[in-house]
Amino acid sequence: MALAIALPCLARAQQDTQKEIERYRELLQDGNPSELFEARGAEHWKTKRGPKNASLERCDLGLSAGVVKGAYVQLPRYFADTDKVQDLESRLVSCMVALQGLSSEEAKRRPYSGPGQPSVMTDLVAWIASESRGMRIAPPQSHPKERLAYRAGEKIFYYRAGPHDFACATCHGEDNKRIRLQDLPNLTNARDAQRAFGTWPAYRVSQGEVRSMQWRLYDCFRQQRFPELEFTSDAAIALISFLAKQGEGGTFEAPAIKR
Amino acid sequence: MADAMRIRANIVGDKVEVRVLMSHEMETGQRRDARGDIVPAHFIQNVTVTHAGKTVLSAQWGPAISKNPFVHFRFKGGKPGEKLTISWVDNQGDKRTDEATISGG
Amino acid sequence: MRPDAVAAAALCAAMLFGCATRASDAEAERAALAMMKTSFKAQGQAGVDRLDQDEVQALCSRHPNGLPGDLAEKLEKAQLATIRYPASGKLMGDWREGERIAQSGVGKQFNDDPSRPSGGNCYACHRLSSQELSFGTIGPSLYRFGKERGTSDAIQRYAYGKIYNPEAFSACSNMPRFGHNGILTEQQITHLVALLLDPDSPVNK
Repeated sequence: MALAIALPCLARAQQDTQKEIERYRELLQDGNPSELFEARGAEHWKTKRGPKNASLERCDLGLSAGVVKGAYVQLPRYFADTDKVQDLESRLVSCMVALQGLSSEEAKRRPYSGPGQPSVMTDLVAWIASESRGMRIAPPQSHPKERLAYRAGEKIFYYRAGPHDFACATCHGEDNKRIRLQDLPNLTNARDAQRAFGTWPAYRVSQGEVRSMQWRLYDCFRQQRFPELEFTSDAAIALISFLAKQGEGGTFEAPAIKR
Repeated sequence: MADAMRIRANIVGDKVEVRVLMSHEMETGQRRDARGDIVPAHFIQNVTVTHAGKTVLSAQWGPAISKNPFVHFRFKGGKPGEKLTISWVDNQGDKRTDEATISGG
Repeated sequence: MRPDAVAAAALCAAMLFGCATRASDAEAERAALAMMKTSFKAQGQAGVDRLDQDEVQALCSRHPNGLPGDLAEKLEKAQLATIRYPASGKLMGDWREGERIAQSGVGKQFNDDPSRPSGGNCYACHRLSSQELSFGTIGPSLYRFGKERGTSDAIQRYAYGKIYNPEAFSACSNMPRFGHNGILTEQQITHLVALLLDPDSPVNK
């Protein structure tokens, strides 16, 4: 008897909680602070920096030098000049080195912003992502290295390790799961993957910063009890290749806003 | 100096609908940094929006307002092409003023 | 080429498409393992040795859709042998401590203080007490776990063992091996057993 009463009460309390969270999410959509990062990013693209005193305006993000519109949704991709598959952030590092004369270390020095400490890299990612808003996610898979990156990324997705035996798949391998009250996209399911890939980068309210997909992976691995994923590492690029292809066909809505 | 405010102002019915996104850390003064020291309070205390010489919004804020504040309000009497001036002053004496033109109709 | 390699190549050529898939699968695995070795750096308490896989991790990574044949049974048997029960024989501790451990998600992350005790983070994946609405659904609900099973020695041993090493009961389980991998102490696990089984625990009310 007590159980029969308890269950509907719990179900309703859960629904109220979920509804309030949805309402909070809707209220957040207006006035996304990512605009502040995008505005700075647009400026950084044109700003002369480094020993070569050059801007990034000749940077090739995959659609030919200087073309930013639509570039994000066709990344990661193979680049002949570096003979590698690259995502946006690793490509920006390449351009900062080749065009501006920065060292690789300097280009990667502050990948993520923090309180009172903006990051040129984050601002650029926010702006370049915004230039693909509304477009179809379409990472190329025509080059053998692009196909290998996807498959290697998939292997890494299932790689269990660390004291908790966690893999990405532990949380992101099944439909309709959540961790505490945070819904988890099943990244092996196209619809969930499209929405997930289409909403990063995002302004994370709890962080007060725009966070990129490289950051998302770094923070996932931290919570998986792995050591630190290196910024623009091969594993990061392979995983992003996997996630982009899984999200293929979805509409890119980033930079979004999240809790 | 802080980043520019991002302002949108357009006519909706008989009112002007204004959206302002401000760039500010809004540090409460209660957080501690990695070393354990208090991060000093740094937040917007006053916001003023004027139109045609009249104040259409006046706000007194405190540490409860979160980082990168967004304010959304409506007022009567504005016409397309007219200017709005938005100003803020924070507890450390920093300030910022930006202008926007009312659009649409 | 060695005779068996010649035979394999012939078989491969005959099977064409399937062969390409198999070859590329091995290539992908090699590439992935190489990437894992060069893409991480030690940070805080998390060394790169954490990426070395033991038998469970390697097997379960290779077969994400379930272990073939009798591998599952073999793995469970091997993992069962690793379970260490408290020498005192007392498997039920204090459910109040258990609830604290279940609520706490700290421990083993590279930004965590290694001198502090870890939590079990049970609510991340499970429903437990009736009052806590903020629970995950990666694992089954444990609400009324003890109410439905009692507090016999057998069920205490099962609950303790399951938390100590879930692989012993379900090969490739998503649940961490809290005891075997040194996440929780023996004493902490007894508190969780009490949380699950004690009739006074909020899990059973």
